[in-house]
Amino acid sequence: MKFLTAAAIATLAFVQPALARDVTVDVTAIVEHPALDAVRDGVKDALGEAGFKVGENLTYNYESAQGNPGTAAQIARQFIGNGPDVIVPISTPSAQAVVSGTRDIPVVFSAVTDPVGAQLVKQLQKPGGNVTGLSDLSPVADHVALIKEILPSVKTIGVLFNPGETNSVTLVELLKKYGAEQGIAVVESAATRSSEVQNAARALAGRVDAIYVPTDNTIVSALESAVTVAIESKLPLFTADTDSVSRGAVAALGFNYYDVGKQTGAIVVRILNGEKPGDIDINVAAGTDLVINPAAAEKIGLTLPKSVVDRATKVIK
Amino acid sequence: MSQIAFLGAVELGLVFAFVAIGVYLAFRILDFPDLTVDGSFPLGAAVAAVLIIAGWNPWLATAIAMAAGALAGLVTATLNVKFRILNLLASILTMIALFSVNLRVMGKPNVALINQDTMLSPFYGLGLPEFYVRPLFVAVLVLIALLLVWRFLASDLGLAMRATGANPRMARAQGVKTSLHIYLGMALSNALVALGGSLFAQTNGFADVTSGVGTIVVGLAAVIIGETLFHSRLIIWALIGCVVGSVLYRIAIQLALSSDILGLKASDLNLVTAVLVACALILPRLRRGRATA
Repeated sequence: MKFLTAAAIATLAFVQPALARDVTVDVTAIVEHPALDAVRDGVKDALGEAGFKVGENLTYNYESAQGNPGTAAQIARQFIGNGPDVIVPISTPSAQAVVSGTRDIPVVFSAVTDPVGAQLVKQLQKPGGNVTGLSDLSPVADHVALIKEILPSVKTIGVLFNPGETNSVTLVELLKKYGAEQGIAVVESAATRSSEVQNAARALAGRVDAIYVPTDNTIVSALESAVTVAIESKLPLFTADTDSVSRGAVAALGFNYYDVGKQTGAIVVRILNGEKPGDIDINVAAGTDLVINPAAAEKIGLTLPKSVVDRATKVIK
Repeated sequence: MSQIAFLGAVELGLVFAFVAIGVYLAFRILDFPDLTVDGSFPLGAAVAAVLIIAGWNPWLATAIAMAAGALAGLVTATLNVKFRILNLLASILTMIALFSVNLRVMGKPNVALINQDTMLSPFYGLGLPEFYVRPLFVAVLVLIALLLVWRFLASDLGLAMRATGANPRMARAQGVKTSLHIYLGMALSNALVALGGSLFAQTNGFADVTSGVGTIVVGLAAVIIGETLFHSRLIIWALIGCVVGSVLYRIAIQLALSSDILGLKASDLNLVTAVLVACALILPRLRRGRATA
C-alpha cells in the first residue's frame, strides 16, 4: 500500500515537471493591519495562481513583528536562517531588517513608500544585488486634483498624520509640494497614537477647507474620531485608504492592497522562475480605486460632482 | 531552529544585554523604576545613525550616543531629585519627551544605515561570515561593559551607590550624598541602554523612532530570568545573569517564532512572551514553597 502511494506521488510529480521543485517563500510584516494583511493574502494568492500551492510544492511561512522593530530583526534572522527561495518583507522596517541581513537570498519588499530613501536599493531601475520589490507611493498629486475637483474653492487642506511613521512623513512632504503647485496651503496636525486623533482633528476645525488622511496606520486605525470631528465641523474628509470610505470618509483614491499583494506575488513568481531580482525594476503599484460615499458628503451639505460619481469604481451606499 | 536564526537570537540578546545591565542598575541597585529606557534606547540609535550618516567615525558616534543617553538619565534624575517628582512619573515624562526629541534628532521617523560603514564594517572582511562576526563583536563589548560595571560597583563610589538604593536614610546618615548617586546611576544606566540602541541600529541597518517600544519589558525580563537562574547575592553573578537572561529571552522568542507545530500563530507572540516571563517569575516561588512545606 505504502509502495502504491509512493508510486502515485512519484507519478504525479512526473506528470507535472514544472511543479516538481519545492519552493519556500517567507513573508513578514511589521504589524497586523487590514492593508498589510491584504498584501500578505495577495502574495499568497498570486503564488497559488502561478501553480505554487501550500501543502503541495510551496512552503509558506508568515510572521508579524507585532509592531516591534526588535522582533522584526529577529524574524529577519529566522527567515535568513531558513534559507528560503524568496523573502517578502512588507513595510519599511521589516524590509530594512531583512535587507541588512542577507546579500544572497532574493528579497521582494512590498508596501514601502520610498525604497531608495530607506536604503533598500540604490536605484529603482535595475536595482542590482538581491533586492527588488514594489513601492506603494500614494498618488498624492491625484489626491490634490480630486480634492480640487470636488471642492473648487479649496484654499487650505488640513492633514492628519503620525510624525513617527516614515511613510506618512514622505507623503505629507509630497502633499505640501503638490498643494503649493495648485495654490493650496497645507496645515499639519499630528497624532502620535490613536487616542490623540480626535484632538488633532479638532485642531484643524475652522482653519481648513478639507481634511486629508494619508495611508497612516495610526490615523486610519482611529478614523472614526476624525469622522466625528469632520461631521460636527462640516468639513469633507478625504483619505488615501479606500477602506476608510465605508467608515465615513467622503472619498478616497488609493490602492487596493490586495492587488498590491498580487503584483508583489507576481514578482516573486518571476524570481521563482529563474529571473534575478537585481534585473527587475522597482515600480509603483499599478491601478487605483476611486471610492466615494455620497451619504457622508450629504451630511456636511456637499454634493459630489457628476464627473467624480461617474468614474468612481465603488460607491458606498 | 537554524544556525543563523540561533546566532541572530544570541546577537540580539547580547545587544539587549546592555539594556538589561542598565535596567539592573536602575531597578535593583538604585531601586529606581526607570521607564526612560524606552526613550533612551531609540535615542542612542538615532544619535549614532545620524552622526554616522554625517560622516563621523562610528566609534565616536557611538560614544556621543552614550553621552546623549546619559543626559536623558540625568533629566529623569533631576526631575526626581531636584523637583521631587515621583520617580516612575519622572521617567515617564522623560520617555514621552524623548519621542519628540528622537524625531528632531533624525529629522524623520526612520534613518537607514544599510550602506554605511559602522563599527562592525572593518571586521566583516576578515573571512568569518557576518552572522558570526556580529554576535562575536557585540559579545566582546558586553564582556568589557560587564567587567567595568562590576569593578565600578565594587569600588567605594559603587558601594555608596548600592547603599543609596538599599537604604537611603542609613546611607545619608553615613555621609553618602544620595542625590549625587541617583544622578550618577541614572546617567550610567541610560548610557548603557543608549549603547544598546546604537548597536541595534548598526547591526540591523536602521534606526526607527518606534524601536523603543517595550524596551523596559525586555530589560526587566532579562534581569528576572537571570536572577531566577543564578539566585546569588554576588554582583558578578547578577550581571552575568543579565547577559544570560537577555540571550535566553531571545532564544525563547525564537522558539515562539518557530513553534507552528504547537498551533501557535504569529499574533500569539506577545502572549507567549508574557507567559515565559511569568513562568520565570513563578518557578522560584514554587521551588521555595516546596522547600518550606
